[in-house]
Amino acid sequence: MIDKFRQDLHGHLDAVPDGATVAVGGFGASGRPDALLNALCDLGKTELHLYVNNVGEDFKGVGRLLREGRLRRLTASFPILPEFYEEYFAGRVEFELVPQGTLAERMRAGGAGIAAFYTPSGAGTMLSDGEFALSYRDGHPHTRVEPKETRDFDGRPHVLERGIRADVALVKGHRGDRKGNIRFRRSARNFNPLAGMCGRLTFVEVEEIVDVDVLDPDDIHLPGVFVDHVVMTAEAVPATAHIVRTVPADPRDTTIPTAEEMR
Amino acid sequence: MSSTPTETTPAPPRGLDRDQVAARVARDLLDGYTVNLGVGIPLAVPRFIPEDVEVVLHAENGVLGLGPHPGEGHEDPDLTDAGKKPVSLRPGAAIVDSAMSFAVIRGGHLDVTILGALQVSAAGDLANWYVPGRNPAVGGAMDLVAGTPQVWICMEHVDRKGVPKLVRECTFPLTGARVVTRVYTDLAVFHVEDGGLVLVECAPGVSPETVRRHTEAEYTERLAG
Repeated sequence: MIDKFRQDLHGHLDAVPDGATVAVGGFGASGRPDALLNALCDLGKTELHLYVNNVGEDFKGVGRLLREGRLRRLTASFPILPEFYEEYFAGRVEFELVPQGTLAERMRAGGAGIAAFYTPSGAGTMLSDGEFALSYRDGHPHTRVEPKETRDFDGRPHVLERGIRADVALVKGHRGDRKGNIRFRRSARNFNPLAGMCGRLTFVEVEEIVDVDVLDPDDIHLPGVFVDHVVMTAEAVPATAHIVRTVPADPRDTTIPTAEEMR
Repeated sequence: MSSTPTETTPAPPRGLDRDQVAARVARDLLDGYTVNLGVGIPLAVPRFIPEDVEVVLHAENGVLGLGPHPGEGHEDPDLTDAGKKPVSLRPGAAIVDSAMSFAVIRGGHLDVTILGALQVSAAGDLANWYVPGRNPAVGGAMDLVAGTPQVWICMEHVDRKGVPKLVRECTFPLTGARVVTRVYTDLAVFHVEDGGLVLVECAPGVSPETVRRHTEAEYTERLAG
């Protein structure tokens, strides 16, 4: 019988080696797999290369990995967190800046077996001409992101972008069943199904575990064929509420209601 | 805003305020358009869209059919716009993943994207993502200008020091080359046609000479009336 539910998250996530490439879903805090990111920290994983749209606005999730010095490189479109840039300019983390749509398509392509593709996004800019600093040393650019191969199609310049195959993918879903079928909710979907496609080993944390066939086959966003391990995002998921946030909202952010307030 | 324009000082020119620029842009949105809005003045545009004009707002994180803030106590942490702010959904909204969202953008399925700018060049080059020395971040800006048929820029005509933002060549790093199709400022409206800027409208009370004085880029004039 196929059963991808895991009680022992740490035992399974410990298979991720130091130095691994990690594709992460989420758009800021929306759909960010905090339980999985916390587990990476708790397991002491380091030298990680993350593919993720944002670091975020606080020291949770990806921000925690940054603060604990666990990142070797970040591939992202919009890091946000000022402390990330401090680490970048200080030469402690490498930064590959990519257009947001390119990051999404690189994940999709990698998961779909497409080694590379041409896109017009970023053509003729410093993100494709070899100018952007991958790393700093002594306050100056030390290495640069390699120039991207350029080719004209229909009279317009396009750049060649590589698909991403990550060692591991971390995904936040809304509901999942034991076969690993996942459904996302609202705009918390964002990068999650794409990250889930491109991981050689894909972990999904969900807010609610459901019996098989509760999710209609037509309504599954990420089928279990892409998924290896499913865990609950936190201990206390109210059984009755279906729009509940089990990961506590940042208390400083008054725009996000707590689970209590939403009942 | 009681001060009067003077001919002796080059800056600041007095034209439309930010809401008036947003309202001017809103007038050009057609019923049935699907539109993506950048931060800054563009975010003020929806307030000025007439009720009988149905415009679908798109957000990079996968929402087609954005509605306004849902009101205190009704925010949904799983439903935000591209600025991570809580939003609501319009009837008939759709939600997609980030790859599909950028397929909408890159594939040319939006009608218009309305963005802010640091500089726009005479040829329609756009610089709006990075001031060297600051923290680099690009988000979806390069995808939006690469894929959207109409790229409308809303910006102040000059920067805080009075330096023109419509320039011969962009000195800030480019977001895209030859991508801008219209520019709406506090002083004027320009279209980009055949790779060149055309002044098509001056703001009320603003003379073509005032526009000329605050514009570095070369352009032609085709003013109505």
